[in-house]
Amino acid sequence: MRAKSASYPYLVWMVLFIVVPMALVVAFALTDRSGAFTLKNLAGVGLYSNVFLRSIWLGAIATAVSLLVGYPLAYIIAKSAGHRQGVLVMLVMLPMWMNFLLRTYAWMTLLEDSGLINRALAALGLPPAHMINTQGAVVLGMVYNYIPYMILPLYSVLTKIDPSVIEAAQDLGADAKRVFLRITLPLSMPGVISGITMVFVPAVSTFIISKMLGGGSNLLIGDLIDMQFLGSAYNPNLGSAISLVLMVLILICMGIMNQFDENGATEGGVLV
Amino acid sequence: MKKWIAAVLSAVLLAGCSPAFAAESGQAAPKDGVTLNVYNWGEYIASGSDGTMDVNAEFTKQTGIRVNYTTFEDNESMYSKLAGGGASYDVIFPSDYMVSKLIKEKLVQKLDFRNIPNYRYIDPEYRNLVYDPKNEYSVPYTWGVVGIFYNKKYVKEKVDSWKILWDRRYAGKILMFDNPRDAFGIAQEILGYSFNSTNPEEWNAAAELLEKQKPLVQAYVMDQIFNKMSSGEAWLAPYYAGDAATLVADNPNIGFAIPTKEKTNFFVDAICIPSSAKHKKEAEAYIDFLCRPEVAAANMEAVGYSTPESAARKLLPEEMREDPIIYPPKSVLKNSETFRDLPEGTGLLLDTLWAQVKMGSSGDTGTLLAVLGAFLAVYIGIVVYKKIKRKKELQ
Repeated sequence: MRAKSASYPYLVWMVLFIVVPMALVVAFALTDRSGAFTLKNLAGVGLYSNVFLRSIWLGAIATAVSLLVGYPLAYIIAKSAGHRQGVLVMLVMLPMWMNFLLRTYAWMTLLEDSGLINRALAALGLPPAHMINTQGAVVLGMVYNYIPYMILPLYSVLTKIDPSVIEAAQDLGADAKRVFLRITLPLSMPGVISGITMVFVPAVSTFIISKMLGGGSNLLIGDLIDMQFLGSAYNPNLGSAISLVLMVLILICMGIMNQFDENGATEGGVLV
Repeated sequence: MKKWIAAVLSAVLLAGCSPAFAAESGQAAPKDGVTLNVYNWGEYIASGSDGTMDVNAEFTKQTGIRVNYTTFEDNESMYSKLAGGGASYDVIFPSDYMVSKLIKEKLVQKLDFRNIPNYRYIDPEYRNLVYDPKNEYSVPYTWGVVGIFYNKKYVKEKVDSWKILWDRRYAGKILMFDNPRDAFGIAQEILGYSFNSTNPEEWNAAAELLEKQKPLVQAYVMDQIFNKMSSGEAWLAPYYAGDAATLVADNPNIGFAIPTKEKTNFFVDAICIPSSAKHKKEAEAYIDFLCRPEVAAANMEAVGYSTPESAARKLLPEEMREDPIIYPPKSVLKNSETFRDLPEGTGLLLDTLWAQVKMGSSGDTGTLLAVLGAFLAVYIGIVVYKKIKRKKELQ
């Protein structure tokens, strides 16, 4: 009983700041400027399908890169000596103490044609590389900014794996590769799933990274929504419709991820 | 949610207040002890920081009216605050096209010019402009024109046409406005169309021209031009003249030119009083204070834009007063046009075309549905597969 009453503030908070705004988004998406019901906004979203495809594509690449880079790192941290783990985790989080905009801005000065990297290349007599204002730069910005959200859940899952399970596998004659593929990886699946979700969702809906590193011509869904609310058009109805489609998309993606999560858990259970 | 409540509350309040407002006649003196909510652009007033007058403090000292001063970044964010009813302001500083939009939507109210005697200092050529033809709602605060910044090291030719932004020799070194009105404005200047055209064909032609320019454009940016121009990353960038002074003064390599072969955009930032203002008398006293030549001069000295008052211009230091960037020759102003609010249909078209220019090409509903369908199919596929698997396991 006590636990229930303690959750009331949280419930009120959820309703006020999550449920009501979502309902407002739906209401805005289904009405026109005068407030009359219309499906025109939703039909108008189709015009921007390219932007959706590009956002999903870049978001997926960024998530895959984050996983490939983040997993080994999380593994190394989890396997290092206890007193060192705290320092290493802090190093992962350290960039997050700095403002998000500032970090992205710093990449701009690094990647520019007359930026630090190109100046270093020129000093070494190497040909310059064009990096800024490309899709690669946008993906780099996403990976850099969101990789801590991949590493941290992976790390916390990996540290919780009971070492005796791995020892048992080794006793039974499994080599390192087999131990990793049959024990460590399946047991860390919940971390992989939540890492993927936590990187993919913000990466798909980001707008400032593509603005700063993509030169404004690699438009993403976030930019599009930003244009509708703060741009000259001021069309919150279309903006809400785009947000609504994005929300549906993310909801489906999370549904898919959840399916994998259960899978991993049951298989893990069978293994244990 | 908060915004929404505030909107309802302020609507109720407004409905209750409006007869009282109408009944009150123009002459009551401003009350001291009142706090005025002023909403201005960032860094757009003399704040006393570099030896200039602290305008707001001075106003409070002279009238006893306190000033709660807040700032916005662009017209649109100011508009969405005002339209959303989230906050109440007494004095706002919208640009030309935004003034006409606010007038049309009845979000600003008529000024009582009897309370603004210093309006007499405003030069005739800055009165009755297209956005407020009878000059009933606004007082001009600053003005300026759009020109081209260029790096003298790499751009040796004379910059006198907007077409230079389409020159292949400078491919990858050109910056462009990241807002549709200004970007389309440049295309319209080249094509000789009006900025305020309502002809869809003209807008389509302008969009086509911008699409042609896209491969040459390094990036679509706003404030970032300062960094990218001074570091030499970009060589050509259109921007507002008011900001030129600082950029050109800090970098001997950077020049500024106003194209003369075509027209340019003449813009005005004005002062208005929102319909929802609670202290109209005091707001008018504030506007009157800003129109005093010595106050206007102090503001222009700090801000770097141009004043619509000759009396104020005379008080400026000579290098500012005679700067051809800040005060271009009259011929430039004659060959210029001012933005007005676009009708809703044209506004939507502009927005769609702008998104298309930036996207490359437009998509279609089929593709979007296919994407959503594919994701949904994967989800359903997994669920069904698991069910079948479970059934088999049970058997």
